[in-house]
Amino acid sequence: MEHRPDPDELLKNIQSEENKRGKLKIFLGYVAGVGKTYAMLEAAHQRKAQGVDVVVGYIETHKRAETEELVEGLEVLPRKQVEYRNVMLFEMDVDTVIRRKPQLVLVDEFAHTNAPNSRHSKRYQDVQEILAAGIDVYTTLNIQHLESLNDIVAQVTGVIVRETIPDRVIDEASEIEVIDLPPDELLARLQEGKVYVPDQAARAIRKFFRKGNLTALREMSLRRAAERVDDQMRAYMQTRAIQGIWAAGERLLVCVSPSPLSERLVRTTRRLADELNAEWVALYVETPQFASMSQEKRDRVAGILQLAEDLGARSYTLSSGNSMDSVSQTVIDFAHKNNVTKIVAGKPLRPRWQEFFRGSLVDKLIHKSGDIDVYVVTSADKPLFPTDESPLKLHSPITRYLWSLALVAAATAIGFITLGNMEATNLVMVYLLAVVIAAIYLGRGPAIVASMLGVLVFDFLFVVPYFTFAVSDTQYVLTFIGLFLVGLVISQLAARASEQAEAARQREAETAELYDLSRDLASSVNLDAILNTLQKHLEQNFGRTIAVLLPEADHLVVKTISENLHLGDEELAVADWVYRHAEPAGRNTSTLPAAQLRYLPLRTSRGVMGVLGVGKPESANNDLSPSQRRLMEAFANQGAQAIERAQLEEQNRQIVLLQSAEKLQNALLNSISHDLRTPMVAITGALSALDENYMELDEAARNTLIENARSESERLNRLVGNLLNMTRIESGAIKLNLEPGDVQDLIGTALEQLGRRVGQNQIKVDVPANFPLVSMDFTLMVQVIVNLLENAVKYSPNDSLIDIIASMHDTTVRLQIADRGAGIPFEDLSRVFDKFYRVQRPESVSGTGLGLSISKGIVEAHGGQIRALNRAGGGTILEVELPLDK
Amino acid sequence: MTATNQRVLVVDDEAPIRRYLRAALGAQGFTVYESASGEEALQAVLSHRPDIIILDLGLPDIDGIEVTRRLREWSQTPIIILSVREAEQDKIAALDVGADDYLTKPFGTGELLARMRVALRKQVSAANEPVFQSSGLTVDFSRRLVIVNEREIQLTPTEYDLLKVLVTHAGKVITHHQLLRQVWGEGYNDMHILRVNISNLRGKLEPDPSRPTYIHTEPGVGYRLKV
Repeated sequence: MEHRPDPDELLKNIQSEENKRGKLKIFLGYVAGVGKTYAMLEAAHQRKAQGVDVVVGYIETHKRAETEELVEGLEVLPRKQVEYRNVMLFEMDVDTVIRRKPQLVLVDEFAHTNAPNSRHSKRYQDVQEILAAGIDVYTTLNIQHLESLNDIVAQVTGVIVRETIPDRVIDEASEIEVIDLPPDELLARLQEGKVYVPDQAARAIRKFFRKGNLTALREMSLRRAAERVDDQMRAYMQTRAIQGIWAAGERLLVCVSPSPLSERLVRTTRRLADELNAEWVALYVETPQFASMSQEKRDRVAGILQLAEDLGARSYTLSSGNSMDSVSQTVIDFAHKNNVTKIVAGKPLRPRWQEFFRGSLVDKLIHKSGDIDVYVVTSADKPLFPTDESPLKLHSPITRYLWSLALVAAATAIGFITLGNMEATNLVMVYLLAVVIAAIYLGRGPAIVASMLGVLVFDFLFVVPYFTFAVSDTQYVLTFIGLFLVGLVISQLAARASEQAEAARQREAETAELYDLSRDLASSVNLDAILNTLQKHLEQNFGRTIAVLLPEADHLVVKTISENLHLGDEELAVADWVYRHAEPAGRNTSTLPAAQLRYLPLRTSRGVMGVLGVGKPESANNDLSPSQRRLMEAFANQGAQAIERAQLEEQNRQIVLLQSAEKLQNALLNSISHDLRTPMVAITGALSALDENYMELDEAARNTLIENARSESERLNRLVGNLLNMTRIESGAIKLNLEPGDVQDLIGTALEQLGRRVGQNQIKVDVPANFPLVSMDFTLMVQVIVNLLENAVKYSPNDSLIDIIASMHDTTVRLQIADRGAGIPFEDLSRVFDKFYRVQRPESVSGTGLGLSISKGIVEAHGGQIRALNRAGGGTILEVELPLDK
Repeated sequence: MTATNQRVLVVDDEAPIRRYLRAALGAQGFTVYESASGEEALQAVLSHRPDIIILDLGLPDIDGIEVTRRLREWSQTPIIILSVREAEQDKIAALDVGADDYLTKPFGTGELLARMRVALRKQVSAANEPVFQSSGLTVDFSRRLVIVNEREIQLTPTEYDLLKVLVTHAGKVITHHQLLRQVWGEGYNDMHILRVNISNLRGKLEPDPSRPTYIHTEPGVGYRLKV
């Protein structure tokens, strides 16, 4: 039977190949037991019947017979065993799935949290990796695991669900299928024991399965799915350019703080953004106080910003002064710059009286917002965590207050000294001075203390009646109020000025650090220097160990690393993951958090250049502040760009090198073809002359021709031998057959091989008596000496003397071939051993220039050295130095 | 050269080389037989009974070493190996399993004929001659006397044994291994002692040890006493 390809099938294949990322389908239920897994398996069987390659990545059947039956007939991939505290846990093996590369994989329980030490902390991250590998995924999910609904679920059911997944993951799903079952039926199933209930949690779960809860959850899941349909319809209309009613280009901004209410604020904003179909951003304004905040609070801020990102927001951190004015202005400026249309802020938790003094951020925002709407979100119930904000907390250390007391005491002392000469009211100026000094140098709190104390002391000591707080003259009341208010105002102004100065100073310091880095990077000449600079700056500025890894032949190699830091295979695996996925991972992230270091991809517009590893801080619990983190990212960016620059330069250099190598190769081919052809011309010529004109040639002419052809063929043979040797040396295929060799024998054999080529030259051999045997490959070393002698003969005038001198040194022996030729220009001495190099001479000397280069290769293979020296009194010395055996 | 109707078997897979040898050796009065492979050569030795074999090491079917080994199981016909310089180890192996001499390609006709002459002579004069004489060197085995240019030379027993081995194989290459075995006995493999003794022997025999006239070095293979 002929099997024709189905056009639809082909089209589908083409599409799936174009769109490399796999498709995600979620079977959404409102509670366990509605039959999600069952539905997923049924769908899988249907796909399989259509010829799709389906495998089971991970399914929890809970020993339910009907589910187990459905698993049969599907290929089940082996799971990974993870041992944790002596308990064997089973997890989906992502690598196996990706290696198996089916078209569709089934993965149960999307919100599952993986065993510790797994690559990802959450299963949905595993799924994303599978999707990225171009494999479709079917998965199941209960609505209460959805991040944005998490708090509502907790409110409705009273159960806090720990395993949550970010909404953006759901948003990426290409299909959501709601598996619905009326609550009554579900309860009936539960009664019949058809719903899996783990023993230990049985009671809690039964409590959860109340009809009210179930109805609420069911409504949530249906509504959520309906929203999705709405999204898809809208996307469809947009892509087909169908006109309709569109939500205006709304942009929401939510202001977050360490306050426990911020979490609720973020979730609310997400829901609001969903309803408005708007983009949204989360903003944290960092004030100088941040540095003195507890670690717990700082973590909370980081957690809330992470939550916002999980829920689909972009998060930002900006810095400003401590005051409400400064904070609100920063928020409004940001909002204007980013076309924000609505700001969501939390209703303050502070008592009213405190707001009176410190001002309310919400009030300030509303006041400055202009055309931006401000939504103030409240919470009906008490926060889950107690606020640990103590309103009377003194922000300055105690010594500052002591100093303010000293200032008041000094003013009082001046008062006593000048008591006779000055009117009491003028003394107020002295106290005012003390308050101003306190405000400028000691901060707000001490200034307020100084002004209050000043009023009291002044009243007590210098206002009639003395030594009481009573005031007889009412004009002094005005003085007191004046002194007090002036003190307050000045202290406020001075404090703000110093805060702004501090913020400016810090920004300036950051800018200066960045400037320093970019200047040093710019002046780094090569990749190594760049890496060193980057490491040094990062270590200095953040007090952490640093490692930079760059790819080499498709795997990462540690290029620079702090002292005392060592990266094992596991760490390298994490870095590799970061490199391949261009996402941060490691310590303090949700991917592979067990790693020692935190790994950041070094990204540029051309892709990931490498990976930066950041170690633990030297002092424990000293995590980076958002501004520091931002600075570090800026450092990493600068570094990535510098690395990219260095690599581009290197590529450029390689190209230039390649071009010159090509030029060299051409010269080389020319040289070889010339040297090969010359003897062949002589041989062919001689043979054809003998063949065609034998009778015309006299005997002497015939002999000359024959002799010439013979010596030329010998030359040809040597040239081929040289080329073969060169090839062997260059490819590293040269194998030494080391034996103790007699130097005298070596020279004798070389002279014999050289034979008539010595010409008219005299050769004098000087080998001292009892010269030791030297470990060598005799045959190859004969070749070396022949080559050196040939060279000496070639460059010497006829009838000159060539000396061969052997000498013994501590751990080496030297062989010198010394001629009385023209010598080698000084600048060429080091180059004569280069391949195809020939010292330029007016009278051209034949030869390829291979001989010396081959000799160098052979001598170096022996662990020896070869060099050219100019000989005293004219001529060249070619010297071979070989190591002596112990 | 007066080779009268001696038979030579030329084994080489390259036709041009066979053609050249047929011409060169034929001109010298040899009857030349040709084989292009190892198997053919073994057959030809049986059917033509050659007096000498010229054997190329790089044959397409069985290599020359193996051919030598098989021939030596039943035949003492002299074998001269032809090889290229790159196959040094093969050359030594062939000599050690019984080949008589070798030539490195390319070679001259004169060289080949000289080697053949030496190899054939061994066959002719199997009986021991009590006195060896060649270009100024005289060795009298019966009196253990060594004379160079009419001057008696004093040798140590080892040097004498070494010279004796070289002289009995005069004109032929002797591998290091063969020398060591014949002078120091089976299993002895100290290149150092061989080099030192050859050096000393040369110091006593040769007028200029840097340009030896009697004991010739075959690099990487062994030594040869020139005749």
